[in-house]
Amino acid sequence: MTVTAPARATATVATPPHSPVPLWRLTAVELRKMADTRSGASLLAVVGLLAAAVVTVLSLSSDAPEFDFGGLLGPTVLPAAVLLPVLGVLSVTSEWSQRTTLTTYALVPRRMRVAAAKVLAALALAVLAYAACLAATAAALPFAGDPDPWHLPASALGKAGLFLVVNVLLGVAFGMLLLNSALAIVLYFVLPIAWSILGEMVAALARPAEWLDLSVTSGLLLEPVMTGRDWARLGASVAVWIVLPMVLGLVRVARREIK
Amino acid sequence: MSFRCTPGTVTGFLGPNGAGKSTTMRLICGLTPPTGGHATVAGRPYRQLANPGREVGILLDASAQHPGRTGRETLTLAAHLLRMPTSRVAELLARVDLPAAAARKRVGDYSLGMRQRLGLAQALLGEPRALILDEPANGLDPEGIYWMRGLLRDFANRGGTVLLSSHLLREVEAVADRLVMIGNGRVVAQGAKDELLSGAGMRVRAVDPAALHHALAAAGLSATPADGGALLVDATAEAVGRAAAAAGVVLLELQPGRARGLEEMFLSLTNGTTTPEGTAR
Repeated sequence: MTVTAPARATATVATPPHSPVPLWRLTAVELRKMADTRSGASLLAVVGLLAAAVVTVLSLSSDAPEFDFGGLLGPTVLPAAVLLPVLGVLSVTSEWSQRTTLTTYALVPRRMRVAAAKVLAALALAVLAYAACLAATAAALPFAGDPDPWHLPASALGKAGLFLVVNVLLGVAFGMLLLNSALAIVLYFVLPIAWSILGEMVAALARPAEWLDLSVTSGLLLEPVMTGRDWARLGASVAVWIVLPMVLGLVRVARREIK
Repeated sequence: MSFRCTPGTVTGFLGPNGAGKSTTMRLICGLTPPTGGHATVAGRPYRQLANPGREVGILLDASAQHPGRTGRETLTLAAHLLRMPTSRVAELLARVDLPAAAARKRVGDYSLGMRQRLGLAQALLGEPRALILDEPANGLDPEGIYWMRGLLRDFANRGGTVLLSSHLLREVEAVADRLVMIGNGRVVAQGAKDELLSGAGMRVRAVDPAALHHALAAAGLSATPADGGALLVDATAEAVGRAAAAAGVVLLELQPGRARGLEEMFLSLTNGTTTPEGTAR
C-alpha cells in the first residue's frame, strides 16, 4: 500500500523549521498529566492529607519525645510510598484505557521518548513528594522532644528518598508491563501479601523471599543500618520486579498497535 | 491502495464501516505498523517528522480523551507538546465555538459534538498545513456540520490539505474536491469529485418506461435499466431530451447518471457485495 498524504505546500509557503520536543518539556508534560485529572488530583490530595495526619498525630502523641528527625520521617513518607506508585501505574495505563495514546503518540511518535519522560516524571514526582515530606517533618520537629532532634545521618536521608523512588518506579514498571490499570494496581498491592502468605506456608520459599520480596528488601532502606548483603538483596529484587518488567513493558509499548 | 492528497484540496475518504479508513489513517500517522508499503506526510514518513503536530493536525477519534481532564487542560497539554504559546488555547477554543464555561468542564461531561470541536481545536493548535480527520462530523448537529464544512473549506482555500473520512457519501460530497472510495482495503474509485459525480451518462425516467425505451432506441441511444424504473443513457441531457420530445414521452427525471452510479457502488460496498473492478452495477 502506498499512501501519500498531505504533500507539503509548494515553495510559495515558507516552511518554518520545527524542532522536536525536548525531553525536559516532555517530562514536565507527563508530570502535569499525573496531577491534572480528577483521579490524579484526588490521589495526590489523599497522600498529602495522610502524610499531614501522620506527622501531626506522631508529634502530638505521648511518644513524641522519643522521635528524632529520622523517626518522624519514616512514617511520614509511608503514605506517599504506598499510594504514589498507583499514580505511576496510571500514568502509563490510563493512556491506553482512555485511548489518549492516539493523541500522545500522534504528537510524539517516538514512543521510547514518551516512556523515558514517564519514568523521569515518576522520579520527579517521588523527589517532589519527598521534599514535601522533609518539610512537614522539619515543621513538626519542634514538637518532638528528642534532645538532638536534628541529628540525621545523610545516608538515612538518602535511603528514605530511595525508598520512595523504588516504590514509584515499581508502579511505572507494572503499568508498562500490563498496560491495564486494574491489573497493575491489584498486582502491586497483592504481591507483598502473596509473598508473606506463601512464605509462611511454604518453607522452601522463605529463603528466596529474603531476596525477591521487594516489600521486605525495600523496607531495609528505612532501617538504621544496611549491610552489603542487604544492598545485594535490594538489588536482586529491584532487578526482578522493576528492571525486568520495565524492559518487557518497553518492548510491549514499542510494538503495540494503537487504536 | 495508493492515493495522494494535494495542498489546497479537501479529499473525502469514503468507505463503508470496516473498509479500512481508520486503519489507513492510523498507518499514515505511524500508529499502526504497515505489513507493506509506505505512507509519507509532507514527503517524509510520519515518524521522522520533528514535531508532527506542526505539520499535520490529527483527529482520529474525538472520544479518545481523558474524561477526567478539562477541555482547556487537554489543549494546554497539546500546546506544550507542540511548542505553541498557551495563548493559542483560548484562540482555538473561540475558533471552534467552545465557550469558556464548557472549556472548564471535564471532557467526560462533553457531548460527542463538543468532543469533536475539542478534537478539531487540538488538530488546529499547531498551525498545521494539513489535516487528517476521521469521521469529524459524527455527533455534530446540522448547524455544527455546516460550520465544520466552512472551516475545512476555508482551511483548504488558504492552501491547506485536508483528508477527511466518512461513511456518508452526501456528507463528504458537500465539502470535498476529490474523492477516494475504498472497500475491503482497496481503492475502488478515486478522482475529482466533479468527474466522479457527473461525467458521461444521464439518468432518465418517464411515465411510460417502455415508450421511453423505444424513443431512445429510435434516436440511436443505448440505454441500460437502473433502479426505480429509470434508464441510464450514455448521451448528453440534450440528446435524451430531444429523443423523448420527438416521441412525445413525458419525462419525470433527467439528471447526471454517474452520481447514482457512485452511490450505487457505495451502497453495494456497504452491502458487502464488492464489485472488484470498481464499476457500478
